[in-house]
Amino acid sequence: MSDDIWILGIIMTKFGKHPDKDVVDLASEAAMGALKDGGVTMKDMGILAAGNLMNASAGIGQQLQKQIGQTGIPVYNVANACATGATALRTAIMAVKSGEVDMGLAVGVEKLAGAGLLGAGGTPKSDKKEWAPSGRYGAVTSTDGRIGTASMPGVFAQVGMEYGHKYGGTSFELFAKIAEKNHAHSTLNPLAAYTKRMTLEEIMNDVMIAYPNTRSMCSANCDGAAAAVVVSGAKLRTMSLEQQRRAIKVKASVLTSDPYEEGCQVLPNVNTLTRNAAKQAYEQAGVGPQDLDLVELHDCFATAELVHYDNLMLCEEGGAADFFNSGATWRDGSMPVNVSGGLESKGHPIAATGIANIWEVCHHLRGEAGPRQIEGAKVGMAHVIGLGSACGLHILERSGL
Amino acid sequence: MANQIPLVDYLVLDEPAHLRAHECTSCGARFFDRRNACAGCSGTEFRMVDVTHDGILTSFSIVTFAAPGVPVPFVSGIVDCDGTSVRGNVINCEPSPEAVHLGMKVRLATYVLGTDDNGVEAIGFGFEPAN
Repeated sequence: MSDDIWILGIIMTKFGKHPDKDVVDLASEAAMGALKDGGVTMKDMGILAAGNLMNASAGIGQQLQKQIGQTGIPVYNVANACATGATALRTAIMAVKSGEVDMGLAVGVEKLAGAGLLGAGGTPKSDKKEWAPSGRYGAVTSTDGRIGTASMPGVFAQVGMEYGHKYGGTSFELFAKIAEKNHAHSTLNPLAAYTKRMTLEEIMNDVMIAYPNTRSMCSANCDGAAAAVVVSGAKLRTMSLEQQRRAIKVKASVLTSDPYEEGCQVLPNVNTLTRNAAKQAYEQAGVGPQDLDLVELHDCFATAELVHYDNLMLCEEGGAADFFNSGATWRDGSMPVNVSGGLESKGHPIAATGIANIWEVCHHLRGEAGPRQIEGAKVGMAHVIGLGSACGLHILERSGL
Repeated sequence: MANQIPLVDYLVLDEPAHLRAHECTSCGARFFDRRNACAGCSGTEFRMVDVTHDGILTSFSIVTFAAPGVPVPFVSGIVDCDGTSVRGNVINCEPSPEAVHLGMKVRLATYVLGTDDNGVEAIGFGFEPAN
């Protein structure tokens, strides 16, 4: 096997508020941390892939190089909604897999603390004194709130409710219980933005944002960064035994977009592209859902986590509510999901998320997760969705050395 | 009627008012705005079709927190109008989980959004309970 790909070094920063650090500071902390974790330096990197969604035109990759090392290597600045981090990682993986380079660095960084509601409002457009049609729909005024919602909590609320309409078994309480699980898990994760355990009552009585999602059922806007060093199997075998022991094998790396289906341009369909990615990933990795020891999936809202149990084939089709109610996805269950606390508590600094979830899985596969370690974890999955849509999926395996 | 304008151009203010869509002549996929080629089959010919008034509410969210200037609460809904999915608010109905439920029958309804300095009324649409 000469085309196998490994994560050599990986890290996430503390997620939360970093008022004293700018985007470049956070990216640098993550990049330097990942390089150190892998026992390499910028001089060893053949490619840099970098993502920062909120300033996608600013060239975060080159800014990062000026802060930690301008070695002249190609930089790919990527933007792919909430899948930006996974896309950066996949870009580095493709470069190594193609044989052009034997090592690459992927970085995702975001400053979002206090950003508030995302997705809503669109182009600011006040009610005019003369109605004049404009834009693609000939709208005479803003349509957000008049023709449904464009806000993320509302869109993903509808994603969960649609699942309930199709299969039944869902309720406000069920969705709130998913948040209860993730907030409970977060108490063991010192890098999470919020680590407070919340009761079901506290969650259900929290400020309602978009029924059935209350505030504590929504992902937390915060600051953070994550980075990973990718290496070819051939190169890894020339490195130290310790580097080989801690390296994590990338068993599958997949990126999909949403194929056309009726209704997908009315309410984004986050299901089919995830299911397609899962099928491809299981085939690439030669494993099935039953082989996974832990899963980090994209719980941007509690309503989203439920549908992805089904999309990732962790349960029978249509059986996500029963699957959750069985307790399977708690950290002591048969299929631990979001033991990091998920985006609802860990936080969701957009471009960092798709690498931070890989770090969480690697942390367990390396046996380094301390009090929240899933004992004996050998294989894990990390999933992200960028609305629009993009799905990034990785299956990872410990080295076995 | 000359003094009315629809909120969006796919709302047709005939009697009765209705929604229309661009339909791909090859596969029947429907789009509320223009397409150069069909997202489903790559066909390049479209015709205008009317969307039926009656539908089933297949998903909703009661939005209580929105961008500045958007009045809350409102009910955002997805309605299956005989095979065509439509996004619209559920209107003429209390915005509460007790009043709105998945699978409820709804029908298209219009209302006056406001009047401009020329006396022209902007007409919006939503879906109201059909029972």
